[in-house]
Amino acid sequence: MNASPMTMTAGELKWELPTRGRVGMFCLIAAETSIFVIFVVAYIFYIGKSLTGPMPREALEVPIFFTICLLSSSLTIHRAVKALWQADMRRFGRWWLATIALGATFLYGTAREWQRLIYEVGLTISTNLFGTTYYSLVGLHGFHVVVGLILLSAVMAFTWLGSVRHEHAYRVDVLSLYWHFVDAVWVVVFTVVYIIGR
Amino acid sequence: MATESVTFPAALPISRPLVDRLHEWVTTVDHKRLGILYIGYALVFLCIGGIEATIMRVQLMVPHNDLVPPQVFNRLFTMHGTTMIFFVAMPIVFGFANYMLPLMLGARDMAFPRLNAFSFWLTAFGGLLLYFSVLGASGLYGAGNAPDVGWFAYAPLTSQTFSRGHSTDFWTLSLLVSGIGSIGTAVNILTTILCVRCPGMTLGKMPMFAWLILVMAFLVLLCVGPLTAAQIMLTIDRYLGGHFFDVQAGGSAVVWMHFFWIFGHPEVYVLVMPAFAIVSEIIPVFSRKGLFGYPFMVAAGLAIGFLAMSVWAHHMFTVGMSSSANTFFVMTTMAIGVPTGIKIFNWLATMWGGRIHFKVPMLFCLGFLFQFLIAGLTGIMLSAAPFDWQLGNSYFVVAHFHYVIVGGILFAVFGAFYYWFPKMSGWMYSEILGRLHFVLFLIGFHLTFDFMHIPGLLGMPRRIYTYEPGRGWDIWNLIVTAGVVFQGAAILVFVGGLVWAYFRRKPAGNDPWDAWTLEWATSSPPAPYNFAVIPVVRSRRPLWDLKHPEDPDWKYDQ
Repeated sequence: MNASPMTMTAGELKWELPTRGRVGMFCLIAAETSIFVIFVVAYIFYIGKSLTGPMPREALEVPIFFTICLLSSSLTIHRAVKALWQADMRRFGRWWLATIALGATFLYGTAREWQRLIYEVGLTISTNLFGTTYYSLVGLHGFHVVVGLILLSAVMAFTWLGSVRHEHAYRVDVLSLYWHFVDAVWVVVFTVVYIIGR
Repeated sequence: MATESVTFPAALPISRPLVDRLHEWVTTVDHKRLGILYIGYALVFLCIGGIEATIMRVQLMVPHNDLVPPQVFNRLFTMHGTTMIFFVAMPIVFGFANYMLPLMLGARDMAFPRLNAFSFWLTAFGGLLLYFSVLGASGLYGAGNAPDVGWFAYAPLTSQTFSRGHSTDFWTLSLLVSGIGSIGTAVNILTTILCVRCPGMTLGKMPMFAWLILVMAFLVLLCVGPLTAAQIMLTIDRYLGGHFFDVQAGGSAVVWMHFFWIFGHPEVYVLVMPAFAIVSEIIPVFSRKGLFGYPFMVAAGLAIGFLAMSVWAHHMFTVGMSSSANTFFVMTTMAIGVPTGIKIFNWLATMWGGRIHFKVPMLFCLGFLFQFLIAGLTGIMLSAAPFDWQLGNSYFVVAHFHYVIVGGILFAVFGAFYYWFPKMSGWMYSEILGRLHFVLFLIGFHLTFDFMHIPGLLGMPRRIYTYEPGRGWDIWNLIVTAGVVFQGAAILVFVGGLVWAYFRRKPAGNDPWDAWTLEWATSSPPAPYNFAVIPVVRSRRPLWDLKHPEDPDWKYDQ
C-alpha cells in the first residue's frame, strides 16, 4: 500500500466524527419518542369516549408541585454534569443527589395520586377508557422515571464509592440526556392529560 | 511481537474442543460472527416458515381438501406470516448489515458490540418464544396452542373473549421482545454509520449499501416503537382489563389497525431498503461500471424513507375510512412509486453499456429487478382505493406482497448470499449449483406467484382453508401448489451448494469479483480485527483507486 492513491497520511486529513454515546442516545430517544407518540395519540383519540364515569374533570387534580419538582430536576442534573466536567466532585455529588431527590418526589406524587384515584375516586385501569389511557400513559412515563432513577442511583453509589471521576463526564453527560428526555415527555403528558384532556 | 499477538487468534480454533468453540459463538460480540448467527438463524426459520407454507398450499391444492382442519390452517397462516417477517426477513437483513457495514466503512466493529450481541439474543429468544406457544399456550383454559389471529392480529379477535388461553400472549410477547432487539440493532447501525467511518469516508463517499441501510435503520427506529406500544396496549387489554380495543366500552378496533399498520407498512421498506442496498452493490460490480446517479439514489432512498411513514392506511381501504383519508393515502402511495422508479432506472442505466457478467449474484439481482418492477406495478393497482375495495383481502393481494417479499427481497438476499459467501467463508460456491438454484427458484416463484393473482381476480379470499369446486379457482390453485415443488427443490439445491462448498473448500481469495468496496481489501474470511491498518479513502471506490493508480476515481468525484 506504499504510494497508492487510496491512502493518505493522517496528517493531510482532518477527520472528526460525532461521538458514539450522544448519537446512540439520540437514536434511543427517537425510538422511545415513537412509542410515546402512539400512547399520546391514543389518549387524545379516546378523550371523551368513556361510556361510564369517573370522568377526567371529576377525578384529576393538577399536580403543579410535583411537576415543578420533575422539571427543575433537569436544571439540577445540568448543574451536576457541568460540575463534573469541571472536576468539582463535591458540587457534582450534591446536585446529583438533588436530582435523585426531585425525581423520587415526583414518583411519590404519582403514587399519592394513584392511591387517591384508586381508593377515593374508584378509578382503576379497567374502570373505563379514561382509566385505561390515563394509567397506561402516565404509567409508561412513570416507568421511564423509575428506570432513570435506577441509573442515576447507580451513578450516585459509584460516586460515593469514589469510582466516578472527571474522565467519566462524557458518559454521565449522555445519561443526563435520557433524564432530560424523561422530563420533556412529562411536559407533553402534562399538557395532554391535565390541560387538554381535563 | 505485535505480529504474533495479531496472528494468534486465527491459528487457535483448530485444536479447540467443540464446547469451547460453541461457547465462543454464544458469548461473541464480533459483528461478523453475530452477522452469521443472524443469517443462520433466519435460514432455519426460513425452512420452518416454508414448511408451514407448503402445508397450506397442499391443503389448497384441490377443493374440499381435508389435510388440516380449519383451526390448524388459521395457526399455519398466522405462524407463517409472523415467522417470515419477524424471524426470517428482519434477521437476515440485519445479519448482512451487521457483517458488511463495519467492513465497508473501514471499521473494526460496530459502534456498540455488546448491544449488538444483546439485540441478536433478544431476537433469537423472541423467535423461540413464538414457537414455544405450541407447547405452552394451552394455559389454564385448555384452549389453543399456536397463535391463530393472523399476522396483523386485528381486534377484537385478540381479546380474551375470542382468544382464550395464551396463544395470543406468546405472539404479543415474542414481537415485543424481538422488537426491542430490532430497536437495539437500529440504534447500533445508525451510530456505526454516523460515528465509526474510516478517515476520508465522508457521507457522500460511503458505499450505497451504507446509505440505504442508514435509511432502513431510521425507519426501524420510527416504526418498531408503534408496534411495541400497540403490543403493550394489547397486553393491558388482555391482562389488566383495559379497553383500548374493546368496542363495547367505547374503545376502537380500527385504532389497532392504524397502530399496527403504522408499523406494518414502513416495515415493508425496512425489508426492501436492504434489498435495494444489496442490488446497488452487486449490479455495478457485475456490470463493470460505477453506480449510475449516486446522489439521486441517495435522494430517492431518503424520499422513500419519508414517504414510507405516510402510506400505512392503504392497508385499510376496505375498512371504510373517510373519502379525504382515502384520497390522502392513495396519493402518498402512488407518490412512492416515483422514487422507486428512479432507483430502477438508475440500476438499468448502471447496466447500460456495461460488460455484464452473468454470475449467480447478478442473476438473482436481474430476477429482483424484473420481479420487483411487477410487484410495484400491482402495488400501484392496489393503491387506487376503488380497485382495492374490489380486490382487498383477496389472493391478488397475497400474490402482490409475496411478489415484493419473495420475488424482490428474497431474490436480492440470495444474490447477497452468493456475492458475499466467498468473503464470509473464504470458500467459493459452486457456480453450477448456484445457477441450478436460481433457475429452479425462478420457475417455482413464477409458477406460484404469477398464477396466484388469477384466483384473486376471480374472487378467492385469502385465509380460507378450503373452497367449493367449480368456481374457476381449481386449476389455478393446482398450478400455484405445483410451483412449491420447484421452490422446495431450489432450497434443497441451495443447501446442497452450501454442503458442497464446505467439503470442497475451494479457496476464494480476497477479491474474487474484482470489486471496489473496502470489504474486499481484507482477507476472506476477515480477521477478528477486520483491518490490520485502518484504511484511508478518497473516493466511493477505494479499491478501484488502489488497482488503477493511473486513473483513480478521486480525480473525478467531487
